[in-house]
Amino acid sequence: MVDELAEVFRREAGRCTATLIRVLGDIDLAEDSVAEAFAIAAAKWPVDGVPPNPGGWLTTAARNRAVDRLRREATRDDRHRAALRLYDDDTMEPRDPELADLDALVDVIPDDQLRLLFLCCHPSLAPDAQVALTLRLLGGLDTPEIARSFLVPEATLAQRIVRAKRKLRDNHAPYRVPRAAELPERLHAVLTTVYLIYTEGHTATTGDSLTRVELSTEAIRLGRLLVELMPDEPEAVGLLALMLLTEARRPARTAADGSMIRLADQDRTLWDRGLIAEGHALVRACLRRNQPGPFQVQAAIAAVHADAPTAEATDWSQIVALYDQLLALRPNAVVAMNRAVAVAEVDGPAAGLAALAEIDATRVADYQPFHAIRADLLARVGDTDAARSAYDAALALTTNVAERRFLEGRRAALG
Amino acid sequence: MAQYMLSVCHDQPYDEMDFNDPAIQEQVAKVSAFNQELQAAGAWVFGAGLAPVSTATVVRAAPNGEISMTDGPFAESKEHIGGFYIIDVPDLDAALAWARKATVACGYPIEVRPADG
Repeated sequence: MVDELAEVFRREAGRCTATLIRVLGDIDLAEDSVAEAFAIAAAKWPVDGVPPNPGGWLTTAARNRAVDRLRREATRDDRHRAALRLYDDDTMEPRDPELADLDALVDVIPDDQLRLLFLCCHPSLAPDAQVALTLRLLGGLDTPEIARSFLVPEATLAQRIVRAKRKLRDNHAPYRVPRAAELPERLHAVLTTVYLIYTEGHTATTGDSLTRVELSTEAIRLGRLLVELMPDEPEAVGLLALMLLTEARRPARTAADGSMIRLADQDRTLWDRGLIAEGHALVRACLRRNQPGPFQVQAAIAAVHADAPTAEATDWSQIVALYDQLLALRPNAVVAMNRAVAVAEVDGPAAGLAALAEIDATRVADYQPFHAIRADLLARVGDTDAARSAYDAALALTTNVAERRFLEGRRAALG
Repeated sequence: MAQYMLSVCHDQPYDEMDFNDPAIQEQVAKVSAFNQELQAAGAWVFGAGLAPVSTATVVRAAPNGEISMTDGPFAESKEHIGGFYIIDVPDLDAALAWARKATVACGYPIEVRPADG
């Protein structure tokens, strides 16, 4: 029962909170009410059984808690509202909900979660605040869980969330899906945040565990939600495909001792065929639509890798072509770097090094993978000394234990 | 509706502008067009460019009630506010949309900050 409750909570918390924020116009009040509703469920359900529609039950219970609370505090609120009206009757809309509105049944509108996602990923918030808020409000993760996932002190994370909520409230950030004109840019911010959550779960930037499965699982859930709610956005489909195809490789990414295994060295029989099939189908759907975007192209690259039964069988020239397309869509040093890796596979390590040399070195000086890739290519052209110092540069920038072990192994193999 | 201050952030001290400079004339024309658009949309509450920071005076009350005045701006930094708008719009997204237009028109970064309450 405890597990079942936790399961329901994880599944329904975001949906419930999203609806309550719309109804109540207040994030904190919505969160508190949802928490109270879950506390009631935790007491009732083990006795009465889980209701047929747990989400609806919880939303209604949370709404009722909120109504009770507003009634209790009505005197103060009324005074507050009256004061606002005294100052400026025309321009100051009362933002507090009317009790009469609350008494109407709360329908769960699927759009609510979308509104909440756009709110959490508002461009006025810093990326780390967007991520924290998304995990907290939509993912139903509590502050200690999020703090643990990102290895930041709980107080720091709590402060980050409080500040973000306060900024949104004081700034009157709207609770809606952005209009068509703003949508592409705003959607990109949402997709980027979800992908950031995924990659943080896939390769934790710090700490002992190479993967934090929970974050990746949540990111994929959000990705599925986005596709369900915005089926006509090919980039949302592209992001989901990219995450699924990357996730498919998870079982093959880590050795028994916890160290990282490179794509080329992975046991491909361990790849999750179900996820690959799903990812492929999504990539094909994107291709048919022919409105390419950065996530779709990255998904296509992942699909080419997934297609290859062995590393040697990889269609690298197709991957170079896709990176060329990605570079045209979104020119940046990291894409150029990954392209250089593909070039090395097609035209040899010297060509790869030449492609790396074209990248503005100041942009990648602090980027660990750049030095790791360069070290590998230098080793392959036989420049052992330069390779060794490039591995040193990469190691100096590595905070993840599994990656450190991997790089130390490569460096030692230079002889 | 909510009120926001859009501050025009300068990163270099400015002094008298040379209005014969075609670049300045173009900037003035763009800012003036932006001002008109803001007013026509009904979002304008107030706005002004400010005289150079060297003209600023800070007045402060000590705990004992004594008032002192210092010559110069509050923050001794290169960055300072060169002008501002107070706008009245439905929400943050509307305020940010105006800020985008403002930064294009004047060529300086714009800080968006809500009025409290």
